Amino acid sequence: MGAGRYADDVATPRGTLHAAVVRSPHAHALIKDIDTSKALALPGVHHVLTGEDIRAISDPFLIVLKKPIDQWALAVERVRYVGEAVAIVIAEDRYIAEDGADLVDVAYDPLPVVIDPREAVSADAPVLHPDAGSNELSAREFTYGDPDKAFAAAHKTVSLEVEYPRSSYTPMECFVVVANYLRGDDSYDVLANFQGPFSIHPVMARSLRVPGTRLRLRIPADSGGSFGIKLSVFPYIVLMALASRVVGRPVKWVEDRLEHLQAANSGPNRVTKIEAAVEKDGRVTALRFDNMEDYGAYLRAPMPGPLYRMHGATTGAYDIRNLAMTNRVVVTNKMPASLVRGFGGPQLYLALERLMQRVAIELELDPLEVIRRNLISPGSFPYRTCAGALYDSGDYQQAIDKAVGEGRLDDLLARRDKARKEGRMYGIGFATVVEPGMSNMGYLSTINPADVRERQGPKNGAISMVNVNVDAIGTVSVTADLTVQGQGHATAISQIVADQLGLKPDDISINLELDTQKDAWSIAAGTYSCRFSPGTAVAAHIAAKNIREKVARIAAKQLNTVADDIDFGGGRVFSKTNPDNGAAFARVAGTAHWSPVLMPETDDPGLSETGIWSPPELEPPSSKDEINTSLTYGFVFDMCGVEIDPATMQVRVDRYVSMHDAGTLINPLLAEGQIRGAFVQGLASALYEEIVYDEAGALQSGTFAEYLVPTACEVPPVELMHIETPSPFTPLGAKGLAEGNCMSTPVCIANAVADALSLKDVPLPATPERLNALVCGEEAAPPAGISAEKPVSATAGDAAITGDGSVTVKASPAEIWKALLDPESLKHIIPGCHSVSAVTPEHYRAQVSLGVGPIRGRFIADVKLSDLNPERAATLSGDLAGPLGKAQGSGHVTLTPEDGATRIDYTYGVDIGGKVASVGGRMIKRAAQIVIGQFFERLSEVASGKHGADASANGSKSESRSWIARLFGGNR
Amino acid sequence: MREVTKDEVVRISLELNGKTVSGNATSRMLLTDFLRNELGLTGTHVGCEHGVCGCCTVRIDGVAARSCLMLAVQADGRRIDTVEGLAASKDALNALQRAFRKHHALQCGFCTAGILMSFSDFLSRKQNPEEDEVREVLGGHICRCTGYDGLVKAIMEAAAEMRGETPSNAGAA
Repeated sequence: MGAGRYADDVATPRGTLHAAVVRSPHAHALIKDIDTSKALALPGVHHVLTGEDIRAISDPFLIVLKKPIDQWALAVERVRYVGEAVAIVIAEDRYIAEDGADLVDVAYDPLPVVIDPREAVSADAPVLHPDAGSNELSAREFTYGDPDKAFAAAHKTVSLEVEYPRSSYTPMECFVVVANYLRGDDSYDVLANFQGPFSIHPVMARSLRVPGTRLRLRIPADSGGSFGIKLSVFPYIVLMALASRVVGRPVKWVEDRLEHLQAANSGPNRVTKIEAAVEKDGRVTALRFDNMEDYGAYLRAPMPGPLYRMHGATTGAYDIRNLAMTNRVVVTNKMPASLVRGFGGPQLYLALERLMQRVAIELELDPLEVIRRNLISPGSFPYRTCAGALYDSGDYQQAIDKAVGEGRLDDLLARRDKARKEGRMYGIGFATVVEPGMSNMGYLSTINPADVRERQGPKNGAISMVNVNVDAIGTVSVTADLTVQGQGHATAISQIVADQLGLKPDDISINLELDTQKDAWSIAAGTYSCRFSPGTAVAAHIAAKNIREKVARIAAKQLNTVADDIDFGGGRVFSKTNPDNGAAFARVAGTAHWSPVLMPETDDPGLSETGIWSPPELEPPSSKDEINTSLTYGFVFDMCGVEIDPATMQVRVDRYVSMHDAGTLINPLLAEGQIRGAFVQGLASALYEEIVYDEAGALQSGTFAEYLVPTACEVPPVELMHIETPSPFTPLGAKGLAEGNCMSTPVCIANAVADALSLKDVPLPATPERLNALVCGEEAAPPAGISAEKPVSATAGDAAITGDGSVTVKASPAEIWKALLDPESLKHIIPGCHSVSAVTPEHYRAQVSLGVGPIRGRFIADVKLSDLNPERAATLSGDLAGPLGKAQGSGHVTLTPEDGATRIDYTYGVDIGGKVASVGGRMIKRAAQIVIGQFFERLSEVASGKHGADASANGSKSESRSWIARLFGGNR
Repeated sequence: MREVTKDEVVRISLELNGKTVSGNATSRMLLTDFLRNELGLTGTHVGCEHGVCGCCTVRIDGVAARSCLMLAVQADGRRIDTVEGLAASKDALNALQRAFRKHHALQCGFCTAGILMSFSDFLSRKQNPEEDEVREVLGGHICRCTGYDGLVKAIMEAAAEMRGETPSNAGAA
């Protein structure tokens, strides 16, 4: 219908200005100078703010670890990842703001870059935050039980190293902020599609130097998805709030997709070394983990959450009593990691469930049998894990039996046998996952040693709040401490409230906008880590129950009975024993407003209840670092068969079965929607999506043409099943279920791929290129005479784009030489050139406009000539820098006279980074060839006098006619 | 062909959801921005601005197209249909919209408008599509919430209903 009210749809205040963000093309560099004069001179631009401006009026964001790794809303002094916000331009509309952003000249002094976390912790690695002294910001060791003894006594040790890649689940709606500084009371009124946790609200207020009450944050009624990621709008909330204060007008910013893919956030990549102490029969007696988690350039609150969110549940579905764990937090020159659906679960289970398969293989046992032998038995719930989680309920054996039976494992095995007989590559994978729901807000304090926690005071719990209000004519409205992302929360809440009050769900009006100045909220508010079913839904139940009991007492007095005798149904309130003795719900509710005189003595008039729920099971970490990380623990068992195409090495999921126990299902249709959505995201992490950086830190996945989100064509059918073992810890018996497949599906598919190809190490995403390299080795050299295509992905010290060529120009070597050394001629020769100035006779600076595919922009080219051999040869080297990216390269030119003309032979090599590299990967090579072709075409014209050096303005006729110029830029 | 200069503000008239409307646009304004910000029809969403995600799909002279890859001036004199034109109220949803609701074919709803516009075009040309064909057209859209299953079911059911078959039979597929 188009009636949604998403953040970008909400009308803006009068006089709203629009912001565009200038971002770093460098992965690591010092900011030498920011020249804003050209941008400020552009009509319609109101202001440009830089990191230094921001530093003067705000404080760095609070972080979880006490480490000197300050971060402001804009980069201060240095940039640490490609895409980092360096300045913002505030203008009358977004188009002008973008023009202004192109005109901000930032001079950088590049620094060495580190991308791989394993390299980041080496002694000679460049340190991102020099004051912190190291890129390893935290290393904590944990021991539960006696793992050393178990390993010493073990029949065998099975070990594995796995690497979980970077990915993000990219909501279709990007970030939106409308910030309005209110001078009257020195406060900020911000509308944004922030999604919590609201523990970040104090972080923002502190950065803005105001008490929390003076940062009014309003979340609109609709949100275009979050999957955790919308938490990361918070630095922009602060940035736009500050911008509004400086310009004295409201400021709006809408993130574009490139900004999102390069700088919003991603899940952290993790390298895990895992070992199991095993008995002959496959029983695992102890586990050792060494987790190295890469958080990118900064550690934003509430990071390093993913490393600790699963802490209590590290042993998964298994009854393993001995555990040793080392958790390392590492920074590298990549975009900061933060919340992404799954949140630590995918990383944990990739290691644990891959290892369980390895145990089976190394002991020559059946993988499913190894899983079964280690499961927690159904009689032991509630079950306390060795690391402190209190698993509420479950029957893992029953779930697996049902999945294997109804999911027809025998059929999968038969398909595999048949395929293998026919020489096809077919494999079966299993994954067993305990899915946490509703995080203990105290789990992250486990990162601090017990004595530090003692000093700081305990942190625990997870408070949920819902308000149910009944008005004077008996209509019911509900507000809740969550933010909408489309899970159908309104539907579920209306069902819960309607059930209590004997009304129809349609009778309940749910307003899920959130306003920090008017709604009940606490630090756990928001929508993340499956807190709805075990949290907010319970608070709704409590609030509605309180209303029900109050209405029952009011009714009892009017109907001359007792409250226990009152029932609700069909919009009526009536006596259980004599249903004819009753009244309309609206009438009884109206009494509380119109007739306080009729209220029972025990009750105040009015009818509004706030349900507050904080389960007692969520205790702070114990002195032995035991922590019940979540309230509920659901169960997922997946099995699948995959076949790998021998020609393309493409993985095809043949059959996929997913069994869930999420306790009592509140709404089966909504539950199915969550599971299927999570499955496709898990599939994406297994096979398609990855945030890719080259070794120089250039992002190479800046559009949906490179960052491959599965479409309907890539999604196989999935068979879903449920059992229900209700949680004893929540009144509704429901558990979280929306993240399980983000945790189980990547490893289930990885296990199947391992089975199909007999691999020990399965790289994720398991793309055809990667599998091909593993199975078939490096590509063979191409036949003689055909040059190998080099991928654009650059490796350090090795140019991404290289090429050579030869042209014949109708001019003498002397004429060509003269043209190459004359700034005025060069201006006409260099495609897209606006001006050339000579720094020294062999050193030029040129302003050029260039573009690749959808993007184009202005660059400063710094060109040096060397190895000059007059009229014979020269080397050109230099760099190109601008808001869209940077390039460094060199070329060698040789001139050979040939029948009154000159043959020019050239070779070149170019490294490219920044926006150009991230969006244009597939087009860069061709674009470079075209620009170089243009260069020599023009050189030929200028040197032969066809294009006089005195020709008017830049932009020759040949160029404006050229389709190449239209496609790839050139002069505007 | 009409020529406009770089900074010119152009008066644009078009037939929008059956009504003639007009508004001002600079020569470089995208059709999405024109629809949303100038004409106030915010049902058309912007998800990627490079033509991959499909959120911004509208019908131009009946044919589904990405409004983020088109300039407002190119729409002058054309017939544009957006999601706002599909139903006058929540009680008057068309067959496709009703099927989306029934099958929980949307969660956050951000991609929905584009998918509805694509399939209102597709189903007007292809009354009896195979599921593979539906998936292929749906492949022009990214939905991050649903996993596509409900979408495929809803579209197949709506197609059946539009052919005059009873919805319950098709829904079982």
